Amino acid sequence: MSDIAVMDQVPDSQEVNAKAESPLFHIGAGINTHKDANSAGVLLQEDKLAGHLLIRGNRDDEAFNIAINNVLGTGLPKTLQCIYVDELSIRWVSPDEWLVICAGDKVYELEKRLRAAVQGHYAIVNVSGGQTLLVLSGDNVRDVLMKSTAYDVDDSNFPVGKVVTSTLAKSQAIICRRNEDVWELVIRRSFADYIWLWLEDASREFGLVVNSK
Amino acid sequence: MFYIYCPYCEEHREEEEFHVVGQAHIDRPLDPDSLSDAEWAKYLYMRKNTRGLYQEQWLHAIGCRKFFNMTRDTVTYEIKETYKVGEQPTVV
Ligand SMILES: [Zn+2]
Repeated sequence: MSDIAVMDQVPDSQEVNAKAESPLFHIGAGINTHKDANSAGVLLQEDKLAGHLLIRGNRDDEAFNIAINNVLGTGLPKTLQCIYVDELSIRWVSPDEWLVICAGDKVYELEKRLRAAVQGHYAIVNVSGGQTLLVLSGDNVRDVLMKSTAYDVDDSNFPVGKVVTSTLAKSQAIICRRNEDVWELVIRRSFADYIWLWLEDASREFGLVVNSK
Repeated sequence: MFYIYCPYCEEHREEEEFHVVGQAHIDRPLDPDSLSDAEWAKYLYMRKNTRGLYQEQWLHAIGCRKFFNMTRDTVTYEIKETYKVGEQPTVV
């Protein structure tokens, strides 16, 4: 266990009465451009206040891999891969960097378990407050992404289970394809408003429904 | 536009994801305090202005955020190779 201060960033609201707001708390679900969710081309949803943990370490260090595997229940994904297990998703970010996303009220526990398991030269940082997760689903998500990113989102280049960091509008995003028609974007908190409005605008022609969660 | 192979992401990406960072393979002086001002200025500021094959550093800024090296022909703009930091060029 490393000698480092770790804190629960989502304090029990009953004790502390702290108010948490997602980067998109001000975006309501009332902006739908489409009446019927079943025929909308794009469904847009923010996975609000999820837990985001950034893990850094040496992928060639066997002890590091074993420790991570013991806690997460899976090995770290290889280059440009993302993995979904139980309540977790794990994205490759760079050769020594991975992003784990879980429920907001589980992230403190997960960080403590990881720190107890991993030894040596590594870093684990709770970055939940700095970014948020957007889930896009529907038949026309690819059309929206084609207008938004320089990256090639064709099936031949972007199969299910792939993740890339690339440009998104005039900002950037970690773009992940979860299923055939479900794509996920991890975006910076400070760009969340801009990107949301961009996606809303880009989706309008296909019929947009905003899901609140 | 360049289409650049990132040796860390292991695939080609659009140029707008990258920044060029200047000449590659410049060793930082081990003991900067012992240098004259002229020697220090040479390390900081003096760069080659090669016509032809040139080794330069690039950063995959909107991507994996790793630095890597490239051999590029400054006349034709052709990219000959990209390789990881710590490796040596094979095209010189
Ligand atoms: Zn890269």
